[in-house]
Amino acid sequence: MYATSYHRASSVDEAVSLRGTAEDGKYLAGGMTLISTMKQRLAAPSDLIDLRHISQLAGISVEGRTVRIGAATRHADVASSQAIRAVCPAICDLASHIGDPHVRQMGTIGGSVANNDPAADYPSAVLGLGATVVTNQRSIPADDYFTGLFETALEEREILTAIVFEAPEKAGYAKFANPASRYAMTGVFVAKTAGGVRVAVTGAGAGGVFRHAGMEQALSAQWSPDALNAVAVDPSNLMTDMHADADYRANLIKVMAKRAVAKAG
Amino acid sequence: MGVEGIGARVARKEDKRFLTGKGRYTDDMSVPGMKYACFVRSPHAHAKILSIDVSAAKVMPGVIDVLDGHQLQADGIGNLICGWMIHSKDGSPMKMGAWRPLAYETVRYVGDAIAIVVADSSGQARDAAEAVVIEFDELPAVTEALTALEGGSPQIHPEAPGNLIFDWQIGEADATDKAIASAAHVTEIEIRNNRLSPNPMEPRATLGIYDASEDHYTCYTTSQNPHVARLVMSAFYNVAPENKLRVIAPDVGGGFGSKIYIYPEEIVCLWASKKTGVPVKWTSDRTEAFLTDAHGRDHVSQVKMAFDANNRITALKVDTVANLGAYMSLFSSAVPTYLYATLLSGQYAIPAIHANVRTVYTNTVPVDAYRGAGRPEATYLLERTMETAARELGVSPAELRRVNFIRSFPYQTPVIMNYDAGDYEASLNAAMQAADWAGFETRRAAAAAKGMKRGIGMSCYIEACGIAPSAAVGSLGAGVGLWESAEVRVNAVGTIEVLTGSHSHGQGHETTFAQLVAGRLGVPLDSINIVHGDTDKVQMGMGTYGSRSGAVGMSAVVKALDKVEAKAKKIAAHLMEADEQDIVIENGELKIAGTDKTLPWFQVALAAYTAHNLPAGMEPGLKETAFYDPSNFTFPAGCYIAEVEIDPETGKTEIVQFVAADDFGNIINPMIVEGQVHGGLAQGIGQALLENVQYDRDTGQLLTASFMDYAMPRADDLPSFTLSHQNTPCPGNPLGIKGCGEAGAIGSPPALINAITDAIGHNRMTMPATPMKVWHALQATH
Repeated sequence: MYATSYHRASSVDEAVSLRGTAEDGKYLAGGMTLISTMKQRLAAPSDLIDLRHISQLAGISVEGRTVRIGAATRHADVASSQAIRAVCPAICDLASHIGDPHVRQMGTIGGSVANNDPAADYPSAVLGLGATVVTNQRSIPADDYFTGLFETALEEREILTAIVFEAPEKAGYAKFANPASRYAMTGVFVAKTAGGVRVAVTGAGAGGVFRHAGMEQALSAQWSPDALNAVAVDPSNLMTDMHADADYRANLIKVMAKRAVAKAG
Repeated sequence: MGVEGIGARVARKEDKRFLTGKGRYTDDMSVPGMKYACFVRSPHAHAKILSIDVSAAKVMPGVIDVLDGHQLQADGIGNLICGWMIHSKDGSPMKMGAWRPLAYETVRYVGDAIAIVVADSSGQARDAAEAVVIEFDELPAVTEALTALEGGSPQIHPEAPGNLIFDWQIGEADATDKAIASAAHVTEIEIRNNRLSPNPMEPRATLGIYDASEDHYTCYTTSQNPHVARLVMSAFYNVAPENKLRVIAPDVGGGFGSKIYIYPEEIVCLWASKKTGVPVKWTSDRTEAFLTDAHGRDHVSQVKMAFDANNRITALKVDTVANLGAYMSLFSSAVPTYLYATLLSGQYAIPAIHANVRTVYTNTVPVDAYRGAGRPEATYLLERTMETAARELGVSPAELRRVNFIRSFPYQTPVIMNYDAGDYEASLNAAMQAADWAGFETRRAAAAAKGMKRGIGMSCYIEACGIAPSAAVGSLGAGVGLWESAEVRVNAVGTIEVLTGSHSHGQGHETTFAQLVAGRLGVPLDSINIVHGDTDKVQMGMGTYGSRSGAVGMSAVVKALDKVEAKAKKIAAHLMEADEQDIVIENGELKIAGTDKTLPWFQVALAAYTAHNLPAGMEPGLKETAFYDPSNFTFPAGCYIAEVEIDPETGKTEIVQFVAADDFGNIINPMIVEGQVHGGLAQGIGQALLENVQYDRDTGQLLTASFMDYAMPRADDLPSFTLSHQNTPCPGNPLGIKGCGEAGAIGSPPALINAITDAIGHNRMTMPATPMKVWHALQATH
């Protein structure tokens, strides 16, 4: 790791200000990707601004069916939140299977969603739930937020402060883990929301997380795993790597979607 | 032999220090004035070095010096060598290309060391390493052995035209061909053995200390055989004469073969310590470990197995191409020859065998022995072939094996090995019973009813351990003898130090070697210390690999103990005025048999050192040394059965049961043996289902350079194992031990692949059987 200066911000404004004065600053929100990258000397920020101790980013609230998860909330806290589980157990289950216990004690939802790793779990939930990504500047609908591999609608210094969503009628998440990294080789989040059925796929798309219109239509017509039998998954925009080629991922998308629907009930 | 002797399930003495973080590994060593090294490595798989400019790096903060291969060469440090000479079938010696500790003309794999930076901190060393400017002329690279043999492939060493290192054979070609021509049935199959990265938990490390006042070097290093390291560094690399070079391998966190070899880093750090005048420490990071630790396996073989009308094997013909990487590592030539093809008879009476092996240079990290070393390759080849033949012949896999088992011993195979003892059917029966083989079809049907595909597969392995008679291996090309030494040093108060040339890096020698002594003398385990891993403390020894510490190392301890006992009995007889023949040693006492006259062990020891009243002419002291040279290899064998359930929707394989029935001969500590089997099975299962080193074919870049892409087995990939032991004691050594360190890794891969091919309904599968591959294989049958 190259030398870097660590700052613990106590407010969003302070974080933005620190970032503004840093030569090449990075926000740190758990560091489960960034710190590893720095250890390999593939990233060399001059300053790290730690967001995890900002009270505005902390906490989970559920009011009626509106769920708000502060950006600095750790995966372990989402996984064990009884309040969320009461209205949307699918996201608790998803969080409980991110990485390993060490990762879940350090990694945060804000860090994951801001990083938008194409194999991360949370992006599929945010997109699948039609959540709103709240920042210190604005509210961004999930459909407008994810823009590509490791790319989001966030501006350079903008800070993701919370994920907000209306609890769906039903939701489920199923993933097939990469045998080596245990990241999602394909993960599918399905949700029956007030605005309709949404199916979001992570770990498989060449451009990152995406919605599958064919599956959404089929599940809108009939909410059952079998409804997906006739849906074709086009491999042409899917990733191919040493662990899974596009044809295999296309198969996994369908299989995981069916399992996610089955889990959702 | 009591609660602490041979056969007792004694908890490991060394675990207290390991489990409480008190182990002392090479990276824990710190000496005054010590500085840190970083190696500048090749980013290219194959390139000419046009220039090396260290001027900017030398003036970086904290930098002591930056040294390259020109200086190393000028100081007379030698090239790395392979210590086992193999001759091609035309009589020509193997074509060994130069392996410079620091390359300065050509780099041949990504990670090839070019320069060393020594600095005040490891971070500063790393910063400066990035500032070394090297001009390369990139050359085309080749990573696969078959491709490297093709005309027009990049030429890697001028010494080896066409990248062919040797073209070797064993067995009778004519007899084999004739038997195949007249066979009732011939099974043909291509077998690929995937390439593996050893990944010991502790990465390699070394600390080189030069003392100018004594002109003496000390090398702390992560070695399985510190004496061999000293011998090779002294005799071949001109680092220093042996009396001026002390090698210490302290606690070592796993080796699996990868820490047998001398690597450039040990040599260069010792040399750099003299050049810079400061002790120099280097510790590999995990990426460097993937890039530079010797890999294992990487074979492609064409196999023909011939049968008569009674399903008896009449011949086996094998044509193997083995990838040895960019340079010949220390024992690389022995692995695909004498550690591999000599085991091709397996557990079967095969009248005619012929194997041809070509070894090949590629632009990849050197390949050498990895847990099993040649024997997994032979076992995988044979046992997949047997399974395939059984299906083709329409007989059960067990029946085909029974028909062909060797049943009388000693048995001379057509490929050098002379099996001394075994009962292969006993292990087969035990495994089939434990696995409820008879009930499998019911379980298969139940699995099918819930949409899953079940399969069952077996593997009957044999291996050769305890390498080996020195004269025999010498005649086959080994550059060293493969005996072992021991010294049993009884202190004046009766406590005991056992000095052994074996090296423990996870095997538990501090417990098992002590159990041997405790059982023999009836003294407490805590009164016995095992000393190993330091060339200044321990007499010459050959180290630990090939499951040899029990069979060879402990046999040397037995010989030394025999001498100690004989002397102790003489002293006791003298003191008790009895006949030496009447003295027995029991429960920590020397007593006159049939009487109640006894002397405690410590009093005899004390008498030996006070020397006030010893038999006439006897030297004082109670300390004996022995060297043990085995009369033969040992031949552990067994039967493994894997049962798998495949999810046809995802291709994921779950191991629903795994049965291992092993004949290791006599067992010192069943708990430690079980641990060895568990670990070996985990690595074998890793090879079969998960692990695979992959290089980019065009650029030679290592694609699996981290655990993000190199899939190591984890706890949830493994089932609970069902183990049992059969025992035909080894007649060749005093303890009847065969060795258990590698069996799990040797026997398990074919059992798993046989189970998977049984489940998917056809034979087209290579290791590792990843979910993607299995899913594709299932589509092929639809």
